[in-house]
Amino acid sequence: MTQVQAGVSQGRRVALTGNEAVALAMKQVEPDVVAAYPITPQTDIVQYFSSFVADGQVRTEFMTVESEHSALSACVGASAAGARCMTATSANGLALMWEVLYIAAGLRLPIVMAVVNRALSGPINIHCDHSDSMGARDSGWIQLYSEDAQEAYDNLLQAVRIAEHPEVLLPVMVCLDGFIISHSLENLEVLPDEQVRAFVGTYRPDVWLLDAARPVTMGPLDLQDFYFEHKRQEAEAMARAVPVIEEVAAEFGRATGRRYGFFEAYRMDDAEVAVLALNSTAGTARYVVDRLRRRGVRAGLLKLRVFRPFPQRALADALEGLAALAVMDRAEGLSTAGGPVFVEVRSALYDRARRPLTMNHIYGLGGRDVGPDQIEKVFDDLLQAVECGEVRRPVSHLGVRE
Amino acid sequence: MKGKPGWKDIPRGGMILEAGNAATYHTGDWRSQRPVWDPEACTHCLFCWIYCPDSAVRVVEGRMTGIDLDYCKGCGICVNQCPKAGALKMVPEDTAAAG
Ligand code: SF4
Ligand code: SF4
Repeated sequence: MTQVQAGVSQGRRVALTGNEAVALAMKQVEPDVVAAYPITPQTDIVQYFSSFVADGQVRTEFMTVESEHSALSACVGASAAGARCMTATSANGLALMWEVLYIAAGLRLPIVMAVVNRALSGPINIHCDHSDSMGARDSGWIQLYSEDAQEAYDNLLQAVRIAEHPEVLLPVMVCLDGFIISHSLENLEVLPDEQVRAFVGTYRPDVWLLDAARPVTMGPLDLQDFYFEHKRQEAEAMARAVPVIEEVAAEFGRATGRRYGFFEAYRMDDAEVAVLALNSTAGTARYVVDRLRRRGVRAGLLKLRVFRPFPQRALADALEGLAALAVMDRAEGLSTAGGPVFVEVRSALYDRARRPLTMNHIYGLGGRDVGPDQIEKVFDDLLQAVECGEVRRPVSHLGVRE
Repeated sequence: MKGKPGWKDIPRGGMILEAGNAATYHTGDWRSQRPVWDPEACTHCLFCWIYCPDSAVRVVEGRMTGIDLDYCKGCGICVNQCPKAGALKMVPEDTAAAG
């Protein structure tokens, strides 16, 4: 649920699935090149986009490839050549792109990719969890997470601007929950084509391989004497993405009335206990927060939108005043020390003199449903921890059969 | 690593902005041994020229004239396939440089 201010946008309200919303955003951006391979639950995106191409609604060069490794490799080549490129994938498709993820980021190519979150095999499963994109968290891609179809649409448009910003030049993943969002029909507001075109503008790379007047080499061997310096540059680009993500969100907010930041703090001002979640679970948690508030519990929700770059300081500011915090991880991590979001959020709080008790709930693996009652159980755990002043089980599995 | 530019002063992502600059990079720096040629023994069959993976055998008008040590990486293939005893031999770099 994104705050909509009446009267700002000239958009129209339509009913679309998450995948349709992503495909529509791609159509409106009309990138120069899309190279993609279908995989459940992302398939619709490729299917819809290929029909836009076949029907002449976009002039995009659509490359059908034999694998996801090839899809992202084709995007790397096309992006290096100077084209605006997009792709989309899920789960094992993302895993097959693995080495190319690092190459796209390391060569500083502003590719935009929708990741429809799905559990990684094995055992084989086609439903939602975040093991795919969480595994790719250190690949150098910016990661935006989307609660619903509206946010997936809005994030995709903003991703183009963030990726291509001259201070950034990093690829961006826009994540949305497989089936839960990708295949659910939802009302959302979409922008007129001209407004999208004006917002994303024309991509003008400063250096590109097909520039015959200025021949360059991209991707040469980079050994002990320079590789480290190039990684240092990449780290700097990630840091520079912080103000850029804010600027782009502000401009998007002015144009549409829909406000975005690194996270959304819902009823956090006076909250005593809160859950931190990303993607669609945030919607369920918001409903539970309202339900608990009616019963007098000072409950809050922190919905994380940007996981890379990780907003460490702002998050600590927003969370330090709580008595107890539960971090929801839809990926196991299998470290025995908690899921990936938990580990980073807890580390963000380490330097604070005042910090909440923290606990981690790993949930929803392989598409296991998480309903309001289960999230209420998380708040029960939090209240109990506050009462006894300690966390008895720092890491637990929510909704698993014993 | 001293004397090389820092991360703020180099093109992003490892790009090389200057065309054809491989000419200024002498891969012969890697060599630990070098081939030494004896013009008296050589029959100019040019096997070494055909086999050298780095085009480091110099030939002028169909005759072997020596090794281009800027690019010879010292793999020894030329020596190994030379049919004429004594025309090419591998010598450790420190001995050769001293001699
Ligand atoms: S292979 Fe030996 S004999 Fe033949 S040209 Fe080379 S050095 Fe001379
Ligand atoms: S040692 Fe190797 S690189 Fe050097 S000239 Fe002989 S074949 Fe060529």
